[in-house]
Amino acid sequence: MITYPFQYKRAGSISEAVALLAEGGKALSGGHSLIPSMKLRLNAPDALVDVGRIAELKGIRLDGNELVIGAGSTHGDIASSGLVQQHVPMFAEGAGHIGDPAVRNRGTIGGSLAHADPSADWPAMVLAADATIVVEGPSGSRSIKATDFFTSMFETALAADELITEVRVPVENGARMTYQKFSQPASRYAIVGCAVVKSADGKVRVAFSGVSDTPFRDTAVEEQLNSGQSATSVASGVSVMSDHYASEEYRRHLANVFLKRALNAVA
Amino acid sequence: MQTATLPTPVTQPRSAPPEPVGTGVRSFSLTINGAEYELNVAPWTTLLDALREYLDLTGTKKGCDHGQCGACTVLVDGKRINSCLTLAVMHEDHQITTIEGLADAQTGDLHPVQQAFIDHDAFQCGYCTPGQICSAVGMINEGRVKTDADIRELMSGNICRCGAYPHIVDAIRDVMQLNPTAQ
Ligand SMILES: Cc1cc2nc3c(=O)[nH]c(=O)nc-3n(C[C@H](O)[C@H](O)[C@H](O)COP(=O)(O)OP(=O)(O)OC[C@H]3O[C@@H](n4cnc5c(N)ncnc54)[C@H](O)[C@@H]3O)c2cc1C
Ligand code: FES
Ligand code: FES
Repeated sequence: MITYPFQYKRAGSISEAVALLAEGGKALSGGHSLIPSMKLRLNAPDALVDVGRIAELKGIRLDGNELVIGAGSTHGDIASSGLVQQHVPMFAEGAGHIGDPAVRNRGTIGGSLAHADPSADWPAMVLAADATIVVEGPSGSRSIKATDFFTSMFETALAADELITEVRVPVENGARMTYQKFSQPASRYAIVGCAVVKSADGKVRVAFSGVSDTPFRDTAVEEQLNSGQSATSVASGVSVMSDHYASEEYRRHLANVFLKRALNAVA
Repeated sequence: MQTATLPTPVTQPRSAPPEPVGTGVRSFSLTINGAEYELNVAPWTTLLDALREYLDLTGTKKGCDHGQCGACTVLVDGKRINSCLTLAVMHEDHQITTIEGLADAQTGDLHPVQQAFIDHDAFQCGYCTPGQICSAVGMINEGRVKTDADIRELMSGNICRCGAYPHIVDAIRDVMQLNPTAQ
C-alpha cells in the first residue's frame, strides 16, 4: 500500500512524456524499483508519468552496426530476443538472470539504468559493451556514453525532465562477451557482477556492478590485461562497498573470482 | 474432478474499503477473469489492493507487498506479474486473470494446475498457493520448461514458507507430462 497521494498521468508518446515530466514528477516504467521505493518512502514524487504504453519506447532493432534497444523493453523481452542473442549475447544472458520471471516481465532496461542501483545488473553490461544511452528532454535529444552516465549511488547524468528513449550497443564482429554474477540469493541483485567484452583483436573491456557504490569500467585492469599482464589490480582506486551481504574484503575477493570466471568464459 | 463455484463479479465489496486519501480519485474499469469491474479508486491503489480491498477478489494474497514473495502473482495478458508492484490504473484495457478465474467458467472444473496441486498435496497452509498456481500457469504459457531444474529456477519468484516445494514441482511436472529424470 502506498500511503500518500500523487497524481497519475499517462503519456502516449515520447514528446507527451517529456512535456508531462516538465511539469514535475517522475517517469513510471515497470514500477519494480519506483513503487517499492515509494512504499518505503525513499521516494515521494507528486506525480507519476506512466511511460509503459509508449510504443516508441518498445522494440529491439539493428541500425547499421548498432543494436538499438528501446528503453521500455523488459528484461524478459531482451532475454528472449533473437537479435540480442545473436549480436550482444551477454545482454540476453544477463537479462535472463535479473530477479525472477515476474520481475523480468515488468522491469525495463530504461528504468534500471535511470534508477542506477549500485547492485543492478545492467550498468556493468552497458559499460563493458561501450553502449550509448539516448535521452530526450525539453531541448531535444542527446546521447550519453555509458561511461559518463553513472555518477554516483542512484545518481546519473540524466536530468529530472529527461526520458531515456533507447540504448545503442555497438555490434562487434567476432567479439566474445559474458556477464557473470554472484547474486544475492533472494533478490538476485549482484553482490558482484562482472561484464567482460573481448574484441576480435583480443583486447578486453571490463566493468563491475555491485562492487562500488557507482558501477565502473575497470580501466586499470583492462590496461594490465591488454598489455599481457595478469589482473592484479582489480577495483583499485575505487571505494568498495561493505554491507551485511559481503564485507569490503570479501567483495574484493569476489571481484577477482568473477573476473577470472568471466575471462575464462571469453577465452 | 473437483468443481468450484465461481464468484459472481461484485461491484460493491462486502466490507467498506478504506477511503482514498487526498484528491484525484479516478474512475476506470478493469477486465478481470473476463468480467468488467468499475473502480473508483485513488491512483496509488495497487492492482493487488484493488483486487482484495475494492473488488472482493481475495484469492490473490499479499505476502511482502514488495515483489519478493510471489503470493500476489496474477496473469496480465497471459503473463505472470506481481500485482503488488503495479498500480491498478496501469491495467485499463488489459486482460487480468486471478486464481478465481482459472477454473472453467462453464463447467466449474478446476484448471489442470489447480487439480494437480490437490492431487499432489502441493501445499500446507495454502497462503502461497494462488500465487504458485498463477505463476505455474504463466510459466507453462512461456513454454521454456523441460526439466525439474527448469521448474525450480522458473518458479523461483514464488516463495513457500511451508516448504512445499517438492510437491509443487511434482504437480507441475505432472501437468506438463515431463519425464522426472529429464536432465
Ligand atoms: C524482487 C525484485 C528483484 C529484483 N532483482 C533484480 C536483479 O537481480 N538485478 C537487477 O538489476 N534488478 C533487479 N530488480 C530491479 C528491477 O530490475 C527493476 O525493474 C528495475 O531496476 C527498474 O526498472 P522499472 O522499469 O521497473 O523502473 P521503474 O521502477 O518504473 O523506475 C525506476 C526509476 O527509473 C525512472 N525511469 C523509468 N523509466 C525511465 C525512462 N525511460 N527514462 C528516465 N527515467 C526512467 C523512474 O522515474 C524511477 O526513478 C529487482 C526488483 C525486484 C522487485
Ligand atoms: S506480495 Fe507481491 S510479491 Fe509478495
Ligand atoms: S503452503 Fe504455506 S506458504 Fe506455501
